[in-house]
Amino acid sequence: MDRQLLLSKLKTIVASYSHDKDALEYLSETTDFTKDLKINSANLVDVVLDVEEEFDIEIDNLSMERMLNVSAAIEIIESKLKEIDRK
Amino acid sequence: MNKEEILSHLPYTKPFLFVDELEHIDENGVKGYYTFSKDLDFYKGHFKDHPVTPGVILTETMAQIGLVCLGIYLTATAAAGVPGHVMLTSTAIDFMKPVFPGEKVTVTAEKVYFRFKKLNCTVQMTNEAGEVVCKGTIAGMVTNKMNA
Repeated sequence: MDRQLLLSKLKTIVASYSHDKDALEYLSETTDFTKDLKINSANLVDVVLDVEEEFDIEIDNLSMERMLNVSAAIEIIESKLKEIDRK
Repeated sequence: MNKEEILSHLPYTKPFLFVDELEHIDENGVKGYYTFSKDLDFYKGHFKDHPVTPGVILTETMAQIGLVCLGIYLTATAAAGVPGHVMLTSTAIDFMKPVFPGEKVTVTAEKVYFRFKKLNCTVQMTNEAGEVVCKGTIAGMVTNKMNA
């Protein structure tokens, strides 16, 4: 999947839980879900569940713990999508 | 973990314990009861001369039975699990009917999901006539430490 498309899908997901309009508008790969978007730990779980549904992938506990910013999320989504391609 | 053990693990006591008894609990949901004593302090002020159970207290009662009891059960029954603490993170409740002093209510909760330590439940409270008093969704994080 094209990285720009992936980023825009991710932006749509986090928009529902973000509490910082400016940080959301200027979302980039360095955006931190907690520090920048002010998403709490409970809503971070919802972000991950929405990612699973949107991309039809399964996120394990280890990946969840690493998914703290946009670049980590993209990297995890891309690697899960690749795993599916290989199967 | 049985129903009595769950109650003994609840971190509340009077005047903020809103669970009397659990009728049933399993990995998918829970059903329990609470009777609002006429002597509860908040009736003196909510409202002046017209005591009605505050919505926040109804929400708390649903959270204690539906979310906290279920969270303790799920963490205690997990492999090598210890009973966790449940930190409330969101509520969305609709209120249909008032609950007056002395009324006994039944709370039923169904697990929507329990993943990455977040427990999300649909909850419903009914009165003795079987009418729905309030219902909605409650969620919390189940942690090892209180206030973590």
